[in-house]
Amino acid sequence: MRSLRKIWPPLAAILVFLVFWEWLVWVNGWPNYKMASPSDIWPAFWKFRWLFLEYGWQTLWRTVVGLLLAVVVGAGIGMIMGFSKTMRDALYPLLVGFNAIPKATVVPVIALMFVGAHDFNTILIAFMISFFPIAVSISIGLSTLEPEYRDILRSLGASNFTIFRKIALPKTLPEFFGALKVSVTLAFIGTNLMEIVEPHGRGLGHLFDSGKISADYPLMFAVLIALAVLGIVLFYVVVVLERIFAGWAERQET
Amino acid sequence: MLNTASALARGPFFASGAWMTESLIDIAHVTHAYQTETGSVPVLNDLTLSCAEGTFTAVVGPSGCGKSTLTRLIAGLMIPDEGVVSLHGERVTSPRSTVGMAFQNPVLLEWRTILDNVLLPLEIVPNALSRKDREARAMDLLKLVGLEGFESKRPSELSGGMRQRASLCRAIVHRPEVLILDEPFGALDAFTREDLWQTMHNLRAEESFTCLLITHDLRESVFLADQVIVLSGRPATVQYTLDNPMSGPRSLDELYTPEAAEKLAILRHEIQVAQGREVA
Repeated sequence: MRSLRKIWPPLAAILVFLVFWEWLVWVNGWPNYKMASPSDIWPAFWKFRWLFLEYGWQTLWRTVVGLLLAVVVGAGIGMIMGFSKTMRDALYPLLVGFNAIPKATVVPVIALMFVGAHDFNTILIAFMISFFPIAVSISIGLSTLEPEYRDILRSLGASNFTIFRKIALPKTLPEFFGALKVSVTLAFIGTNLMEIVEPHGRGLGHLFDSGKISADYPLMFAVLIALAVLGIVLFYVVVVLERIFAGWAERQET
Repeated sequence: MLNTASALARGPFFASGAWMTESLIDIAHVTHAYQTETGSVPVLNDLTLSCAEGTFTAVVGPSGCGKSTLTRLIAGLMIPDEGVVSLHGERVTSPRSTVGMAFQNPVLLEWRTILDNVLLPLEIVPNALSRKDREARAMDLLKLVGLEGFESKRPSELSGGMRQRASLCRAIVHRPEVLILDEPFGALDAFTREDLWQTMHNLRAEESFTCLLITHDLRESVFLADQVIVLSGRPATVQYTLDNPMSGPRSLDELYTPEAAEKLAILRHEIQVAQGREVA
């Protein structure tokens, strides 16, 4: 009963959105190359359902691997910057500059660098676009740790590693998950950039490209919807993980 | 003389009945300065004081006079530029597990229950206690400070006074020889503060520790301590020592006797001298 009450508002919102979309297309009399309506998209989706499954899986796993890489490397950089002020000062400009480069321009460079290694390239772009928020959040979480927390353990003779494991790590988890939610959607952008700009016949990006080439507009819209669905799924996976590992940070509803 | 061979086996202070004369905390001619970008700022100047075993010492003084530096030196978190800090005659050069600390900010770990927060030092300090014994020890303390029934709550579910009680339990759960309190009651409202003073007396009756309390509250110092030390303005040195020995837990009424009023008046005068508002 409680879960039902939690699920119906988002479902209703989606339904209202679809109805409004359908109505907007119908009332304006838009052709499907201008704006496909939900009723155009479903047949396109059904027609290519096996391709959607196959390509959707390719996009998903490469995004997830890129994201995992971003978590490991981002957390590593975040820790280095969080614990050492010198390293923080040293690395920040570099990191910001790197993040400021539009990743669409990096795609052809990467594709040339590792010709043919399509999975690797895609994972690399997904990683590059999504590690920044993680690194920044962890470094801020660690560097803003109140000195008293450290003193409590240090005065007992605890090692730096113990202080990190018992206090710094758990205390940073809420910030980390906040960043991870941003990174999830960024990683999808990265994967699809590679798949669309340098298509190698794989992933939802490739399906989108095929739709463009064959002027199958409803298919293009169907790909967009499929990407949105994947993004929502992965986002809520992170939400569930957050509730398990950092549920204490959530305020009780009163 | 009380046997101090095993820190975990020492009896309750009041039950021991004896006034210890052997000093536990010794600070001899300590001078210390902070290095900042604009140069060195002297905080302590030739400071000498000692706390006898089992006693309660309150340190008062003007704001920013280096009281917190003193606590960090005793805890071994810092080494003085000059002079010696020793515990049991042994020079302090690094943190040691026979010290417990509590601050104005209770710094409880939000992701742990109250019980697990209190258990934290026992996870760090080497000890032979089983999980069950540790929990029993923590529960005893929680009961003593009136937090029974709250052990499985999170810190965010507790009031400020209750958090500070939990923080006190954490500071003494590993039976430290020295308890350092850095203005632990400073952020509490007056009524809660007086409740916690009473709690401090209860703890002292059951546990044996030598306590050094940093405070801004003169009534607090007179109510809790055997010895009140007034520090001068920065760089701080001992300006005045008030003997205020205690034979057992005090009641709040004792704060309103002529003797207490006289002691408070002396301390207030000394503080004003320390602030440079009055001449000695």
